[in-house]
Amino acid sequence: MSLSTFRFGDGNPQYDAQGRLRHLLNTEGLREPEMLQILDTAESFLSIAQRSVKKTPTLRGKTIVNLFFENSTRTRSTFELAAKRLSADVLNIAVSTSSTSKGESLIDTVDNLMAMQVDGFVIRHPEAGAAHLIARHLGDSALVINAGDGQHAHPTQALLDVFTIRRLAGPIEDRVVAIVGDVLHSRVARSQIHALSILGCPEIRVIGPQTLVPKELSALGVHVYHDLQAGLRGVDVICALRLQKERMESHRLPSLDEFHRRFGLTPERLQWAQPDALVLHPGPMNRGVEIASEVADGHQAVILQQVAHGLAVRMAVLTLLAGAAGGGENHA
Amino acid sequence: MNADWDVTTLLEGMVRDLRPRVDPEQTAMIGIFTGGVWIAQALHRALGLKTALGQLDISFYRDDFSQIGLHPQVRASDIPFAVDGRSIILVDDVLYTGRTIRAAMNEIFDYGRPASILLAVLVDRGGHEVPVAADIAALRLNGAAGGQIKLRGPDPLRLELLTSPRTAS
Repeated sequence: MSLSTFRFGDGNPQYDAQGRLRHLLNTEGLREPEMLQILDTAESFLSIAQRSVKKTPTLRGKTIVNLFFENSTRTRSTFELAAKRLSADVLNIAVSTSSTSKGESLIDTVDNLMAMQVDGFVIRHPEAGAAHLIARHLGDSALVINAGDGQHAHPTQALLDVFTIRRLAGPIEDRVVAIVGDVLHSRVARSQIHALSILGCPEIRVIGPQTLVPKELSALGVHVYHDLQAGLRGVDVICALRLQKERMESHRLPSLDEFHRRFGLTPERLQWAQPDALVLHPGPMNRGVEIASEVADGHQAVILQQVAHGLAVRMAVLTLLAGAAGGGENHA
Repeated sequence: MNADWDVTTLLEGMVRDLRPRVDPEQTAMIGIFTGGVWIAQALHRALGLKTALGQLDISFYRDDFSQIGLHPQVRASDIPFAVDGRSIILVDDVLYTGRTIRAAMNEIFDYGRPASILLAVLVDRGGHEVPVAADIAALRLNGAAGGQIKLRGPDPLRLELLTSPRTAS
């Protein structure tokens, strides 16, 4: 399919001209009905993990490619397991073994895989927009899921986070949510903010040092705090972010210790928030930096539930997109 | 509306037919969403079954998933008993092509290996496309009705003919 002839609905490449969700690239621009359908469907998939046969035949005969240009354990393995539990075949391609290291372009890689009649791509890439590029290139010939692109977006992480909040903290429409830490480098934070606001979260706060919180966030209606105590007051849900040590080359922090002293989540500081406020973390954690071990392993942390929820949410996303590929409606 | 289609009367007939075939202490029951669950709730109560009622949403098992996509509202299947070795009554409102029942049996077998499955439906409208037959049906139409039959509910339950039947010759 040539780029010039393919037209997506509303210029939003996630939707086709008929308004069906064909790719999941970002929570920004995702409509509420599809988001709710993903979350509701994930509820059904959650119980499948408790059965003796943890599989459904939903994607039998389909092939899903995990195309990972960045390291990942949790995201890649939950996507792989999600596809396998839906009875799809899965091809895992990691950058170290791929021919892009021999100079093949991203589009060439995808075209070669398409020649093998695959049905979908789950892609993680260090460059923002990589999944968009592939989705625009493929149009409706295969589904594309963004599993993290640069500092841009990580939609399935945000969806599993709102799914976790909805299940464990109650309706998002009356919860105050704080995102704490290195927001600047975080694709998770950006996708969380969009997902929360689409679901009607009344107050989204961002807490972090001035050097790690982009100024333009206030324009999104987000409340910015540079003081942890003030920011946590009255908060029902705390989303900790991983401090991206590998992206810290530009001296935005004096030291990791300094960050921990001012913004690290400790049992004492949790008391500034609502009693029993939930603590989420997308993993992998830097224990003793953004989160103390006592908090990570404490009763308010739901970090392992997030992993289980991530599997169910990814099964729901794959199912919804694969169903739309057959011409089915996916409107809620 | 045909007077023979009074759901209360039809349910009484099903209970009568089922009673000699169930052991209230052992037999389990599963309803298929949505109408099958309504019927199963009524039967489960009337038969006094001790095992909690199971509910199936077969959306992920449909054989036409890749043509029609995901049902907009998928509910969680819930089978609150061990399926292995159990005698199960599978309940649906209308048996038509048989594909739903095939999908439901596939799903049940993913929970375990039942001792037996007995199919009880309110209406068998004929037109089966796979070799599935109801063990118990309150109303058998053998394809004569032509139109689509839908159970409305949950309170009250009533059968509705959605499209006009072909004139019987």
